[in-house]
Amino acid sequence: MSKHPLSAPFTRAGMQVNSIMLAVVLALAPGTAWGLFIFGWPALFLFVVTVLSSLGFEGACLKLAGKPARATLADGSALLTGWLIALTLPPWAPWWIGVLGAFIGIVVGKQVFGGLGQNLFNPAMLARVALLVSFPLELTTWISPAPVFFADAPGFGTAWAITFKGLLPPDGMTGATMLGWIKTEWSQGRNVSESYLSGDFSLLKAFLGWTRGSLGETSSLLFALGGAVLLKKKIISWPIPIAMLGTVVVLSSVFTLTDGQHYPGPLFHLTSGSLMLGAFFIATDYVTSPNSQLGQLIFGAGCGLLVFVIRSWGGYPEGVAFAVLLMNSMTPLIDHYVRPRIYGRDRLGRPLELPEARK
Amino acid sequence: MTLLDIHALWAGNGQKIRGGVHPEPRKEATTDRAIDREFPLPPMLYLGLQQHVGQPAEPVVNVGDRVRKGQLLAASQGLISAPIHAPTSGVVADVMDYPSAHPSALPSPTLLLEPDGEDRWMDSLAEVDPFSLSPEEVSVRVGAAGVVGLGGAAFPSAVKLNLGRRTKIQTLLINGGECEPYLTCDDRLMRERGRDIVDGILIMMHGLGCQQAIIGIEDNKPAALAAMRTAAEDTGQGMVSIAAVPSLYPMGWDKQLIGYLTGKEVPADGRATDVGVLMHNVGTAYAVQQAIRYGKPLISRIVTVSGGAVGAPRNIEAPIGTLLSGLLAHCGYRPDDTVRYVMGGPMMGDALPHPNVPLVKGACGILALTREEVSQANAKSCIRCSRCVTACPVGLLPLEMMTRIRAGQLEASLKFGLKDCINCGSCSYACPSEIPLVHYFKYASSELLARDQASHKAEQTRRLAEERLARVARQKAEAAAAAAQRKAAAQARAKPRASEAAA
Repeated sequence: MSKHPLSAPFTRAGMQVNSIMLAVVLALAPGTAWGLFIFGWPALFLFVVTVLSSLGFEGACLKLAGKPARATLADGSALLTGWLIALTLPPWAPWWIGVLGAFIGIVVGKQVFGGLGQNLFNPAMLARVALLVSFPLELTTWISPAPVFFADAPGFGTAWAITFKGLLPPDGMTGATMLGWIKTEWSQGRNVSESYLSGDFSLLKAFLGWTRGSLGETSSLLFALGGAVLLKKKIISWPIPIAMLGTVVVLSSVFTLTDGQHYPGPLFHLTSGSLMLGAFFIATDYVTSPNSQLGQLIFGAGCGLLVFVIRSWGGYPEGVAFAVLLMNSMTPLIDHYVRPRIYGRDRLGRPLELPEARK
Repeated sequence: MTLLDIHALWAGNGQKIRGGVHPEPRKEATTDRAIDREFPLPPMLYLGLQQHVGQPAEPVVNVGDRVRKGQLLAASQGLISAPIHAPTSGVVADVMDYPSAHPSALPSPTLLLEPDGEDRWMDSLAEVDPFSLSPEEVSVRVGAAGVVGLGGAAFPSAVKLNLGRRTKIQTLLINGGECEPYLTCDDRLMRERGRDIVDGILIMMHGLGCQQAIIGIEDNKPAALAAMRTAAEDTGQGMVSIAAVPSLYPMGWDKQLIGYLTGKEVPADGRATDVGVLMHNVGTAYAVQQAIRYGKPLISRIVTVSGGAVGAPRNIEAPIGTLLSGLLAHCGYRPDDTVRYVMGGPMMGDALPHPNVPLVKGACGILALTREEVSQANAKSCIRCSRCVTACPVGLLPLEMMTRIRAGQLEASLKFGLKDCINCGSCSYACPSEIPLVHYFKYASSELLARDQASHKAEQTRRLAEERLARVARQKAEAAAAAAQRKAAAQARAKPRASEAAA
């Protein structure tokens, strides 16, 4: 006879933690593959270093904590965290940025809180923000797309030197992301349409992903498709992504209509930076988002609002990481105040009134 | 979005169905096989005296008595109870403690009846016209026939009928949902005895004095829906309607079905009758019809015998008190392949340590499940995916309750609605970390109940002790007063004597 709890139910849904993590990784794969393709060997080296260090740090922490390392690593959560950290980094950043990012994400962001399910902040966003604040130069050196096999792509040896030996990429290959470009141009007194021209901006390129940025900031199309698959498979639910994207669209529409020369429109926002990655893969992180549907709507809308505020008026060109982290800190508060209504009770937990006739 | 919509969203109204999960139905093994009525009488029947919610029944026969089929063996006690009748003719062999159909198989008072093989009905069996009886008489006879809720709750049906008549209910809802996987006993009953069910419903409506009945049947049972539609059209007198309801667990939860079919919500401290609704199971309607029209008490039931370890799964009409092992053996089960015996369905049923326990009135199913069918994984960390929140039909936060209970803060779990939990198992089913959430909730509920009882007992003890101290003090004071009085009296008597002596 079985030694497991004798309480029903005796049947379970097929979905397991590792299958969820695997599904998310698979949904990330096309966008990631595209990023690795356009940024070539150095991006691949950094990606591998970051993911492997994440697994290493997770394993070491589990060993230290006396938890079953192999079984827990198999749940796929460290793989996913490492993968997401790699997606937030400038693709040609040196190897130690990846290792440090993995350390911050896994050790500081997750394991010191007690491991899977216990952390307050999204580990990948924590790693990204900590690195951005600590190493602004390395974290803002953006490479122009230089696909493998193309003329200006570095060969294997040069790539190895870029990632592992501190070789700096040639000046002609780096530049600002479009979000950063518009921000600096505005501070120089040039308006949005001038910036589009001078920055050689094309909506289609931004949408498909032929643009500067981290691996997760390139192809809005592929990450949105990955997100749609997760929605379809019910791995994630609609409130957070819809509220987040919806808020950005509404705010950017309102502001571009009132002052189109200062504020770019909704399509620019949707295809720029890591909004798609953030809306479908980061803000939807189970652990750090609220657990009721209404709470998730509030959380998503808050993320969207903060993304727009930071992008429009903040000190940094991109705001997804900050927005998600700030809303992460609100999650316990949202969960405390916004709960589902219990059957037969009102929102405050009082029993519903009996129908008049029967009093 | 209008203001009204925002308000509705905030109040959580406007959802016809709350939560729910879609477990694999696994009903195909038994759904197309007719009810087996050829189950041979076992050598001994074990009739537990407590097969229902409420007080146990009290035996009215003696060991060695010869009884007829349908004869009263044990009478109901108190307001909420149900009598037990002889499932066949035979001799009362013993009244003893025997393992009961309970997760612990705890021995409980049981009447043993040895069948004589003649299966002879009592003489008083007579057909009556139910509609010539007064409504009160209907409940009296339903109570006397030992009818209890056959959907699994085993609540005495007469008590519900009485309550419904007093509160003047408008709608009688009949639960033909059968949302638990594997179970098909209601499905088969509806397909084979639809007219009897409709008759039973009309009898209950007569007893309740209501004019409308709705039978809710999940839309994954097209044959039962068709059969019941025909039966309702033929004999329902235009008062019985059939409604197809979505196949979703727990659609058979009475509140869920009430909400879906009538749009009404039962207040947390109220009953369904408070919103003018009463619900009975289709099996109960059939048992009521048998009891009132034919005078046959509830002595057998239809039970689904299924599971991967059962070679020839089917529904059996079996006498109450049959050992479950006998039913399983009749269906060719393989004990070595069975990792878990379940009485009821896999979502809410009870695990049994062994099948050598008797069939009770509330048992809809006996399952012998194999390793492949039973989840065996160890619980992993909660990833706060909130699938349990989405699945909960009540609107609770199972993950928050679980973390509180795990940390030993049982009272804190009450704030998240532990007392409103219906133990339906949807949360545990949906959990990707396989955390036995319902197990935690049952533990916390019973622990809190035990604490309540303990504090009640302590309070009682303290009061008794105080009363005793007061009594002792009072007695002491009284004794002292009496002594003083005697002393005074003695002195009073002594004085005249002294004066006499002086004189």
